[in-house]
Amino acid sequence: MDIQVKILRYDPDKNSEPYYQDFNVKGVSEDWRLLDVLHEIKWNYDSSLTFRRSCAHGICGSDGMKVNGRNRLACALLLKYINTKKPIVIEPLPFLPIIKDLVVDMSSFFNKYEVIKPYLITNTPPPPDSERLQSNEDAEKLFESAKCILCACCTTSCPSTWTNENYLGPAAMLKAYRFINDTRDEGADERLDILDTPDGIWRCHTIFNCIEACPKEINITWHLSQLKKRISSREM
Amino acid sequence: MIKKFDVVIVGAGGAGLRAAVEIPDEYSCAVISKVFPTRSHTGTAQGGVCAALSNMEDDSWENHAFDTVKGSDYLGDQDSIEVMCKDAIRAIMELEHMGMPFSRNEDGKIAQRQFGGHTKPADMNDPYGKRVSVKRACYSADRTGHVMLQTLYENSIKNQVTFFSEYFVTELLMEDGVCKGVVAFDIATSELHIFQAKAVLIATGGYGRVFRITSNSHAGTGDGMALVYKAGLPLEDMEFFQFHPTGLWKLGILVSEAARGEGGILKNKDGERFMIRYAPTVMDLAPRDMVSRAIITEIREGRGIRGSDGTDYVLLDLTHLGKEVIDDKLPEITGFARTYLGVEPTTDPIPIQPTAHYAMGGIPTNVNCEVLLNEDGDIVRGLYAAGECACVSVHGGNRLGTNSLLDLVVFGRRGGKAIHEFLKTASFGELNEHAGRDTNETIKNLMDSNGNEKISNIRTELQNSMMEDCGVFRTDEGLRKMISKLKELRERYKNIAVQDKSRVFNTDLVEALELENLLLTAEATVYGAYARHESRGAHTREDFPVRDDQNWMKHTFAFRKEEQDPELKFKPVVVTRYQPMERKY
Repeated sequence: MDIQVKILRYDPDKNSEPYYQDFNVKGVSEDWRLLDVLHEIKWNYDSSLTFRRSCAHGICGSDGMKVNGRNRLACALLLKYINTKKPIVIEPLPFLPIIKDLVVDMSSFFNKYEVIKPYLITNTPPPPDSERLQSNEDAEKLFESAKCILCACCTTSCPSTWTNENYLGPAAMLKAYRFINDTRDEGADERLDILDTPDGIWRCHTIFNCIEACPKEINITWHLSQLKKRISSREM
Repeated sequence: MIKKFDVVIVGAGGAGLRAAVEIPDEYSCAVISKVFPTRSHTGTAQGGVCAALSNMEDDSWENHAFDTVKGSDYLGDQDSIEVMCKDAIRAIMELEHMGMPFSRNEDGKIAQRQFGGHTKPADMNDPYGKRVSVKRACYSADRTGHVMLQTLYENSIKNQVTFFSEYFVTELLMEDGVCKGVVAFDIATSELHIFQAKAVLIATGGYGRVFRITSNSHAGTGDGMALVYKAGLPLEDMEFFQFHPTGLWKLGILVSEAARGEGGILKNKDGERFMIRYAPTVMDLAPRDMVSRAIITEIREGRGIRGSDGTDYVLLDLTHLGKEVIDDKLPEITGFARTYLGVEPTTDPIPIQPTAHYAMGGIPTNVNCEVLLNEDGDIVRGLYAAGECACVSVHGGNRLGTNSLLDLVVFGRRGGKAIHEFLKTASFGELNEHAGRDTNETIKNLMDSNGNEKISNIRTELQNSMMEDCGVFRTDEGLRKMISKLKELRERYKNIAVQDKSRVFNTDLVEALELENLLLTAEATVYGAYARHESRGAHTREDFPVRDDQNWMKHTFAFRKEEQDPELKFKPVVVTRYQPMERKY
């Protein structure tokens, strides 16, 4: 089948403003990934079309973009789940500065990730020749948050992010959850202090955009609510 | 612009990050990567990382070493294999201590499961007698690589490692057999940078993108291997490329061996569990090279299933495992089957086909990750390599599942340690005043070219031909065809055009440079395959179906010759305690 694709283009070398370009892509099939469509355009229509991608199956987190108004991973979205009767509108992730076409500057996103101290903090040395013990039940409590691939689909879909550029955002706070709830970690208090600030957890207004955007189907809002509870109970 | 660092690490996957964490604070260290570190291919590894922890049942590092040697089809260097398998236990504990989240057993220790080719003697008193499968693969559901990569990146943040993300390395600065740094360009701006260094470690991963059906990321274009090969240094055993038996049909996306480790069964169109005929003792858990050959044989003999696009597949059946096991232990891969093929693995079998997965060969190194200058074992001063891009050789002719993640952390650390030792006495060399000129010229030529060859056409033809003529089964005729195809593609490459003339984030230019790297790694692969007149591990010659220990217990070293065929030299395999025997499972 043939489909219409409308892509936001911008090359600061050539354009003063972003603009939309239409492509009529021929011979696609409904089991194609949207990423396959982008490759088809790049390789056969216009090789200047620029986007990030690597693993092409939803693990590396490179190809987050806005598709018909919703943040998605291009490699995890099949054409059969999109209305192809109308042009498919593809734009870069919102809120972050555009470098070129669908490539955005992720540095503010990763700076926030670093703020929450995304590594195991311990004062107690581990046993020298064996693992720290942890029940499988406790380990599995971390698995959903540890699934996060740092694609930024959630954080850039959040209205709280759009109105306050300093807001830590769901991805960074989900990473905080992953460590705060790790039975091996001893840095919960310092991370909760970081979350319990005007740009932290209280700017989450449970709007649920993050859940809708997450390609790994993580219930982010639930995790953030647990952090709110933890902070509240700490203060009591 | 010239930047000076004591150490430059090229690549930010498991090996590069593990090495970076090892460099002490008093030395400056830069990690250069063409993708942001967490986008690295390590993250796609699923099933596990192995060590004989004995958390589930008795096991020993010697069992692990024996399996690795046998799995390698006796091409692995046994001294290196012993180093890796002994160090494995410490390496896993270290990952746990770093914070890696593992699945756990009932005692709260790291959980382990079965994987292909991992065995132990059925009777401890008869170490070389009948063997049974053993639970040796440590795992975190089916996201082991993902959490390992995240953990290593987290630790590099903690250690304040300096990253140059989305920089593409184009050239090794080699003078008089000494490595003095690299040339790279910033993809975002096209600005060229010279990174002067006392030591350079290459950790750029594999080159699966040389084949049409592959589990590898688009980034897997053999960049580090090509850097070394272009610099006149050898590549080792490139003819050994592993096809993973279970790639999702058409797409090649990996379906972990853990699916079979948990009890999944391969079936042909008659519903027959065909592995019973090929590996009667371990069946579906035979090593990957054997299972891939079995699948292709089933298909060739008409017992595959014809898909809608005219290609054939066989089935991976998980339905008898039950929804709970599938959802708990294999959530990610079953998600892939649902998303990409619309198959519900709890009720229907998954269509699969072999997929190009892993390079056993690569940049030759010793056990301290020092890059070898030649087949005599002399080293290149200041140059190191670790991970999939390197060939120590611990995987020989065929890698065992879960040994790749292990390789990254064991040899990433050893590389870091060796560099630390080296830095105690090393100093910056003089840089040639023309450093960077070659890259400048290459990029200028590509950008100015008005050639009429499309990058994507050459790449697609290369991938199709490699799949056809240098894949699971190889013949003299096919390889001759492949050699002339390569010559044709190399000529046509001279006439390619980068159509995007922008200096900002030019991925068209990146793809042009990657294509050159694919052509170079393909060359070393094809010539090695053509010369090796035997079948061993993943290298199967239909015209030489038997392993030939008399003549071929040796590693291939391929040296590039400008505008000529590469020169092949050979290095004997190191045998310590395991004499070659017939490889039956």
